[in-house]
Amino acid sequence: MDLKSLTIDAARSAVQERKITAVALAESFYAKIESDDPQIGAYLTLSKDRALAKASEMDALAAKGEKLPALGGVPVGIKDVMVTRGVRTTAGSKILGNYIPPYDCTAVARMEAAGAVVLGKMNCDEFAMGSSNENSAWKPVHNPRDLSRVPGGSSGGSAAAVAADMAIVTLGSDTGGSIRQPASFCGVVGLKPTYGRVSRYGLIAFASSLDHIGPFGKTVKDAAIVLQTIAGRDPMDSTSADIPVPDYVAELEKPVRGLKIGVAKEYLGEGLDPEVRSAVADAVEKLSKLGCEIVEISLPHTEYAISAYYIIATAEASSNLARFDGVRYGYRADDAKTLSEMYRRTRDQGFGAEVKRRIMLGTYALSAGYYDAYYLKAQKVRALLTRDFDEAFKKVDVIVTPTSPTAAFKLGEKIDDPLAMYLADIYTVTANIAGIPGISVPCGETKEKLPIGLQILGKHFDESTVLRVANAYEQGRS
Amino acid sequence: MKVTEKEVAHVADLSNLELTEDERSRMVRDLNSILGHIDRLNELDTSNVEPIGQVSDRSNADFDFASREDILEGLRKSLPQAEALKNAPDSDGTFFRVPKVIER
Repeated sequence: MDLKSLTIDAARSAVQERKITAVALAESFYAKIESDDPQIGAYLTLSKDRALAKASEMDALAAKGEKLPALGGVPVGIKDVMVTRGVRTTAGSKILGNYIPPYDCTAVARMEAAGAVVLGKMNCDEFAMGSSNENSAWKPVHNPRDLSRVPGGSSGGSAAAVAADMAIVTLGSDTGGSIRQPASFCGVVGLKPTYGRVSRYGLIAFASSLDHIGPFGKTVKDAAIVLQTIAGRDPMDSTSADIPVPDYVAELEKPVRGLKIGVAKEYLGEGLDPEVRSAVADAVEKLSKLGCEIVEISLPHTEYAISAYYIIATAEASSNLARFDGVRYGYRADDAKTLSEMYRRTRDQGFGAEVKRRIMLGTYALSAGYYDAYYLKAQKVRALLTRDFDEAFKKVDVIVTPTSPTAAFKLGEKIDDPLAMYLADIYTVTANIAGIPGISVPCGETKEKLPIGLQILGKHFDESTVLRVANAYEQGRS
Repeated sequence: MKVTEKEVAHVADLSNLELTEDERSRMVRDLNSILGHIDRLNELDTSNVEPIGQVSDRSNADFDFASREDILEGLRKSLPQAEALKNAPDSDGTFFRVPKVIER
């Protein structure tokens, strides 16, 4: 079976109609992983037993002629920050190198309940902290389009696996762009839903007010099907919203004619690569030809987003990561004489450089004497940034921007300059700050054949319109 | 604002990190570079702005924070003891075991 063009519906139908068994399909993906992943590095752990058990279950259903669920027999990958019962989950960190979770993340459980075959756990930046996947404690991920370049981060493995046909769809997490930016760098679709749309239960926390789970796929429709599967209230996460989940796939078919599309000058300013700028301008032109009305808008506080984001995100991280102390799970330094020494050495040896940097920055921002100047100030600026979107969405239905100011950069290019790495998140952090949904869809290539991503942002809980515009763009283009 | 070596040592202490000498000097450099950028927040007058900590209440969604009935067993049963201890670096089968806490 040709894995390259395989979408969710094609795979599920093939299994349903007994053209291939789900077990054989999973095996062919494992064969592909075995041959190609040594060069790419997308997988950290394979969960073959679990995958084949689910695949057999789907084959049994199909053999009885029963209708398969939405993801019946579909091979998927899960970012290694979502816990999986009985399957090693490291969050890309040495400190969780031997951690075998005793429970499942809700999003993963919902994927499997819908028949998904979990092939394994995807490489990522340690605790999802990074924009290049180079902060993984285990190995970097190489961009399938150009192995000398990064796949983006932090969900680099999830994006690369879809781009390299080593999974049909994957789950990632996005705290400041960690789904959308790697989707853009690898030339696939990546969706960050509204805050509260998808339960975070079982997602290893980085920054709780900014963390989101969402899908990667080759098509907008595949992203819609996965969102449909994982969205909705979960009693185990009190921040998951109790509002109805629309039929996202049906919503895709609605026309986009007459929709108002905002273009903000603040997202097209200094630092934007000319090739990305021109690809985004072409995309806006195409949306206009599809009958959308293009409206110029302003999001005046955008230039302060990175500053506010890196205070809030690191402050929350410094608190969330306090739990890694070598007592209940994970790594413990074995040479300590006292409890305090044990905590310190465990964390010193267990965490990588970027994680320590963020814990330090966050602790500093929360410490006596600096709380008002940094943390409180950042929360006020968060209010201003959120207000910018509230005002903009009075005038438009969605906003389109570049996903990232550049295409994929080289491995090693920014690793010694943390500020340069942070600034690369300029167009994506705002959606996390405001909690609004955003998608990245491929919108062309640079002269060097590197993918470029178009970001589409929408109103709270209006993934339907975001997906609809993305789908119209994707289909209109082909 | 400029972060000094001394402050880095203090913050490392608060964070339960030791940091080697090399890590500490690099941390001073990195934190100053990042905070140098972050200091631009001071260009904004926020004296009349209410801070927000989370965005859940902005979308008129029905959240039921901390408002559910108290349930004896919780939403899910607690893990059995053996399973809860399974990932522990050190335990005696009943408790997590850690190095001595009180010096004598």
